[in-house]
Amino acid sequence: MSDQKQSTRDGFGVGLLELAASNPKVVGLCADLTESTRMQGFADKYPERFIQVGVAEQNMVGVAAGLALAGKIPFAASYAAFQPANSWGVIRTSVTYSNLNVKLVSSHAGLATGPDGATHQSLEDVSLMRVLPKMTVIVPADFEEARKAVHAAAAHKGPVYLQVSRSITDPITKVDSPFQIGKSSRLLEGDDITFISSGPIIANVLAAASKLVEIGIRARVINMATIKPLDVAVIREALFQTKMIITVEDQQRIGGLGSAVCEVAACIATEKTVHRVGVDDTFGESGSPDDLFKKYHLDAESIFTKTHELLAKVS
Amino acid sequence: MLAPHATHHLQNIAASIRKDTILMLQKAGSGHTAGALGMTDVFSALYFVLLNHRPDEPNWPGRDYVFLSSGHINPVLYATLSEAGYFDKQELSTLRQINSRLQGHPHLGSLPGIESTSGPLGQGLSQAAGLALGLKMDGEPNRVYCLMSDAEQQEGQVWEAYMLIAKYRLNNLTIFIDRNNIQIGGKTEDVMPLESLSAKLKNFGLRVSEIDGHNFEEIIDAAREAQSFKEGATVIICNTTSGKGVSFMENKFEWHGKVPDESQTRKAIEEIDIKLREIQSE
Repeated sequence: MSDQKQSTRDGFGVGLLELAASNPKVVGLCADLTESTRMQGFADKYPERFIQVGVAEQNMVGVAAGLALAGKIPFAASYAAFQPANSWGVIRTSVTYSNLNVKLVSSHAGLATGPDGATHQSLEDVSLMRVLPKMTVIVPADFEEARKAVHAAAAHKGPVYLQVSRSITDPITKVDSPFQIGKSSRLLEGDDITFISSGPIIANVLAAASKLVEIGIRARVINMATIKPLDVAVIREALFQTKMIITVEDQQRIGGLGSAVCEVAACIATEKTVHRVGVDDTFGESGSPDDLFKKYHLDAESIFTKTHELLAKVS
Repeated sequence: MLAPHATHHLQNIAASIRKDTILMLQKAGSGHTAGALGMTDVFSALYFVLLNHRPDEPNWPGRDYVFLSSGHINPVLYATLSEAGYFDKQELSTLRQINSRLQGHPHLGSLPGIESTSGPLGQGLSQAAGLALGLKMDGEPNRVYCLMSDAEQQEGQVWEAYMLIAKYRLNNLTIFIDRNNIQIGGKTEDVMPLESLSAKLKNFGLRVSEIDGHNFEEIIDAAREAQSFKEGATVIICNTTSGKGVSFMENKFEWHGKVPDESQTRKAIEEIDIKLREIQSE
């Protein structure tokens, strides 16, 4: 299954079904987006453990908190543009301040959401979630990683935000590569520069890295699947071993993975810089994800060109 | 009928809780007085008659749960919990101070007996509904009580929760609304009218009863009727007097977010003692 092109939301759906079969405490909640968040399989198989809350994201988070108090492991799913955007205050008070065992799964993140336009392209959810104490933030890169992340989220006691996407990509990670919260993985070896990225946009980073090889630049590619807690050792290593770090994310440049890496880099004495590739403080628009990535400089060609320019400046 | 000695007992408890509430607020120097005094009789009936609970074993799995959604009136919850024996009364004087277990708003995990975190209004009912749903899934007999303010009904999330409570027929959930008609900025009906609250709740599919929130018999009867109603959840609208028991605080919205100074505290405590003697000699 994993050698096919699939999305991280598909990985979530399959992971949840696997988990539910072995753990009767797992319950699912959805705000009327059961099919598109890929919770439908769970809802069909376990109707007695599925709660349809209707179009009510704030209530969904609160009900999930209550279910956690009853000893359940609730997975609450919606779109990233609604959860956390519509329910942030509820997540803050009812879930994270109480440190409850609630798993929030938000699909349709980033420009990858495409034709639905800016209203539905959540570019701020990573930022909104990583600022909350106790929250773990996971952005898996592909189907397999998302599937594994569901199991890891359930095994972790405490709030987890799992961002998934409708982007369909080739496999980025391997079936047998382990997934551990807080641990990044190296997808490509290289000592010239380091890309740090998360989510399906890594497919574009890998394509850009291949092009860089053609001009003699070997890029290291880090899959930072957990944005909180961050794999600090790997950032430090990249800072000392390579010329620069370039972060790439299908999110705002402000507040997301790039900011998180900069927060670490700023505390390490070095002349090197971190460059952040992401959406530059603007909203998205309707279009195919490929057209959008091109226009907003998140496609492989733009990542390649940007890196080339940056390297020309330092050498 | 509540026996006279039972009523006297509850009156004594309520007077003690009111005095502790006033003392702790005066010591803290900030907090919410009016709503706390207004809900004291409901809290007394809950913790000293209605609840299945074990103060010396706060996490006893068989317990009923109380979620105070209007977290700003938590001095009455703290005073009630200490009155019931959850922790030593001496600790009440640490309210709102650094390193205190008595946080300015209730925080799950900070203090024995606190079942949910609240403060921002409108969030407690969803949590209570989720817990009631989870207990029902497992066939557990515990009851969940959610206490809300009237102005809190202005939050949209509350009505999202009511829809879910009706949909899932959560008959293990009882909701108390403190209908004191005031909020921080004035009268509820001026700030944002709630009436007809009872009709609105009925239209949302809930069983509604309306009582005098200072009459122990009515509080207890309404809660017991809610327990025996198997079709779904009951909302008990408690008509209360904000600042109840202290004449210069009663029905004054200015006392919503204000605390008494030393001389006002003395006067208030004197009044509570005098009133208690009066009603018990009738």
